[in-house]
Amino acid sequence: MDVVWFLVLSAFIFVIGAAGVLTRRNPLVVLLCLELMLNAGNLALIAFSRMHGDGDGQIFALIVMVIAACEVVIGLGIIVAMYRRRLPIDVDEMSELRG
Amino acid sequence: MSATSFGWLVLAFPLAGLLVIALAWRVLPGRSAGWIGSAAILGSFLSSIAALIDLQDHAENNRQLVDSAWTYASTADFNVDLAILVDPLSVFMCLVVSGVSFLIHVYSVAYMGGDRGYARFFAYLNYFVFSMLLLVLAANFVLLIVGWAFVGAASYLLISFWYRRGTATYAGIKAFVMNVIGDVGLVIAAFLLLRETGQLDYLGVFEAAQDEFSRNDGTLVAACLLILVGAFAKSAQLPLHTWLPDAMEGPTPVSALIHAATMVTAGVYLIARCFPLFELAPTAADVSAIIGTLTLLMAASIALVVTDLKRVIAYSTMSQIGYMVLGVSVGAYGAGLFHLMTHAFFKALLFMGAGSVIGAMAGIQDMDRMGGFKRAMPFTFVTFAIGALALAAFPLTAGFFSKDEVLAFTINRGGGFWVLAIVGYLAAAATAFYAFRMVFRVFYGEAVPEANELEGGHVAHGEPVNPMTGESEDTDVGFPGPEHHIAERSLPMKVAMAPLAVLALVAGVVAVPGVTDTLETFLDPTFESSRYHDTAPTEGSELIGLGIGGLISLTAIGAAFVVYLRRRGLTLELRDRFARVHGFLAHKWYFDELYDAVFVRPMATLGTFGRRVIETDFVQGFIVGGTTGIVRAGTSFARAIQTGFLRAYALLLLFGVAALVLYFLIAS
Amino acid sequence: MWFEQVLFFIAALGALAGALGVVMLRNPFYSVLALVGHLLALAVLFLLLHAEFLAAAQVVVYAGAVMVLYIFVVAYIGGSDEPLRPEGGLVNAFGPLFAAAIGVELCIAFLASGLKAIDTRGADIGSAFGNPGGIGELLLTKWLVAFEAASFLLLVAAVGAVVLARRRRGLEEEGAAPGPRRPTPETETLEVRA
Repeated sequence: MDVVWFLVLSAFIFVIGAAGVLTRRNPLVVLLCLELMLNAGNLALIAFSRMHGDGDGQIFALIVMVIAACEVVIGLGIIVAMYRRRLPIDVDEMSELRG
Repeated sequence: MSATSFGWLVLAFPLAGLLVIALAWRVLPGRSAGWIGSAAILGSFLSSIAALIDLQDHAENNRQLVDSAWTYASTADFNVDLAILVDPLSVFMCLVVSGVSFLIHVYSVAYMGGDRGYARFFAYLNYFVFSMLLLVLAANFVLLIVGWAFVGAASYLLISFWYRRGTATYAGIKAFVMNVIGDVGLVIAAFLLLRETGQLDYLGVFEAAQDEFSRNDGTLVAACLLILVGAFAKSAQLPLHTWLPDAMEGPTPVSALIHAATMVTAGVYLIARCFPLFELAPTAADVSAIIGTLTLLMAASIALVVTDLKRVIAYSTMSQIGYMVLGVSVGAYGAGLFHLMTHAFFKALLFMGAGSVIGAMAGIQDMDRMGGFKRAMPFTFVTFAIGALALAAFPLTAGFFSKDEVLAFTINRGGGFWVLAIVGYLAAAATAFYAFRMVFRVFYGEAVPEANELEGGHVAHGEPVNPMTGESEDTDVGFPGPEHHIAERSLPMKVAMAPLAVLALVAGVVAVPGVTDTLETFLDPTFESSRYHDTAPTEGSELIGLGIGGLISLTAIGAAFVVYLRRRGLTLELRDRFARVHGFLAHKWYFDELYDAVFVRPMATLGTFGRRVIETDFVQGFIVGGTTGIVRAGTSFARAIQTGFLRAYALLLLFGVAALVLYFLIAS
Repeated sequence: MWFEQVLFFIAALGALAGALGVVMLRNPFYSVLALVGHLLALAVLFLLLHAEFLAAAQVVVYAGAVMVLYIFVVAYIGGSDEPLRPEGGLVNAFGPLFAAAIGVELCIAFLASGLKAIDTRGADIGSAFGNPGGIGELLLTKWLVAFEAASFLLLVAAVGAVVLARRRRGLEEEGAAPGPRRPTPETETLEVRA
């Protein structure tokens, strides 16, 4: 099986995730698309690991999963806090970083 | 102790007095500030006498002693020292300055008694005497300039002593600004001399000048003219004279000390001190003589019509200094300095008497409102009259010998100097006339209410007002005090005025032609290298000169007697008939208006222009506003990126990633 | 083997479908479900790559825990249906464009002969590749620091989550329901479109 196909697939998933991040306005969905991108990365890592016959890639992918989990936790916590404060759940409304 | 250590003591006493009064004035009881100040000056006077005695012990050719306390600056080519020069000229000046200052301090103890700024006054007076002594004792141009500047500052402080009076502060500023003009001239002259001769101390410069400069060398003439600028600013000669009448805003002791006896004579001292330079540059000396003569004529003419008592005396000072300047410019150093000394005596006396009269008038200075004080104030009348006699050069008074000696020397120079001498005699007539104009108007005639009050037993009291503008004041600090002192009631004032009266009468004895020449021989060591040293007028011509002078004096006094006592109303008639002339004289020859138009207004316009256009529009608007505007615009531009819009940031990120990947793609 | 290829294509299609579903479904709940499907497809792909442990971890941890968390939050917050075509804006136009650009570049990189290091077959692998023992050995010997750091990060995240989500006294109005305020007339006019 050609490893390249896995890589191409991973590229597609990444691109779809990126487009989703840019396009969607619900922060929950933005986080989901971020997950997509992370998963695409994982796939690529594991594909390369298979290609080199090295377990390092899988370890990397495992750690990425851990990080994704942490990030989801915090992200969701923020969204919950936003909801509690009665702020609109919309990334466009969150413009406090405006200079 | 040597003469030079006495010289340092002369400086140390007033400095100590100044420091004690300035630092401890809050704890000094009652009038002790005045006594401390007077004691300091007495110490100075006694030290001067000691220096004199010691100096005379030296051989005649060794009487120019220099002592240096400290070196300011030391370069490869020359040194600048804190050095004093004790020689006959400086000792003479020290004696005159400290002696007259001491008497004026004693006078002020009583005169300024009720003033809230009493201690401040004596601190300033001591500071002034210190500066003046520093000026005359300096051994090089640097210290001279230091003393010169200090004296200017002291003059400012004392003229605007009653600082809450607007007219006084303006007068102080006017005096200071004109003095600064003189300072600049003096400094530039010092630079020129330094550049040409490489030295700054007097003895060195004068010697080097003989070698460096040919007769009437351009640079030397320029340097001497600049020295004259300084001298004329300080001595109130044309064209830098307009500050002196305004300086009468200061208290009367200030006028007596500074503007009669000492500060205004600093210019004369300077010209006398730099005589080797002036003799090498006769052009400058001639300019000086001409200006001195013009001034003495102008001032005498104005004094004929002015009605403020102190201002008449001020113009008379200006005129008499013209005589002194004339004297030292034509080579009559001894005569000029002798006139300086006698003038100090009788002018201080006149001012003191005027102070007494003004006290009796409760602060009014206008002669139009005075009259008939002879019976009410006998002591003041006698001393004032003595002063006026000396001023008028009445035969056998001190002023008689000194003024006519100057004129005799002038005639002796011959040629164009005859004109100057004739002008001098004319002005002498005017001097005698206006001197007795004062006497007759103030002391003779109908007694005014204040005089009647005084005879009745108490000094008049009015509302405190500014004598020039009439606006009302109070008597707190910054304004004159509530008490008015007259000599009859006050012992210190009498003690101060009496010696001066005696001296004004008998001081002529030191220089009677043909009989004594104490002063000449005393000053000889300083002036022996003068080219005019051996060209003194003969005894005969001097006596003729004295005779003419005496005659003029008597005639003018007689004329004043007739005009003011016998033919009342004559002056009013003359004023109406010659209204234009009278106006011209009463407006002080329109010099103030001239300077206002030529200097003050353009500067004010320039200043306003600077404020409006340069400062506000250009600097604030263009440079400051422009710079901040540019920065602000730039940052606004940069701020536009900070939208706070999350997705835009993400887009930028993605764009960056795309570019990066593209780069790696191409690069590999 | 043909078996693997077929499985690959099925899993790939499933993954792509899930991804597209996440991005394009309007209801966030459905997006979450689409992601779950995507994750399961990815697990199959991992299996194809001989990463058994990771496949299991993906299913158990990712799909099992993280997605459940997501579902909880979506249920709590709810989610309004967004319109399909959001109102214009530069981002919406350029976003997919740049993403597509990246996709194209990556494909060029992979498919063209640019990346020389890519082998078609893959290296020979031992039996310890991909199973828990092998992973565990690597984690505890070669990648120990990363392992410890990751665990620390988990701790921090847990603490952070608790801090973020706790109720603060005084900030909540008693009796009022949480959630964004229904647009009242005055707040409506205050909203500024960025």
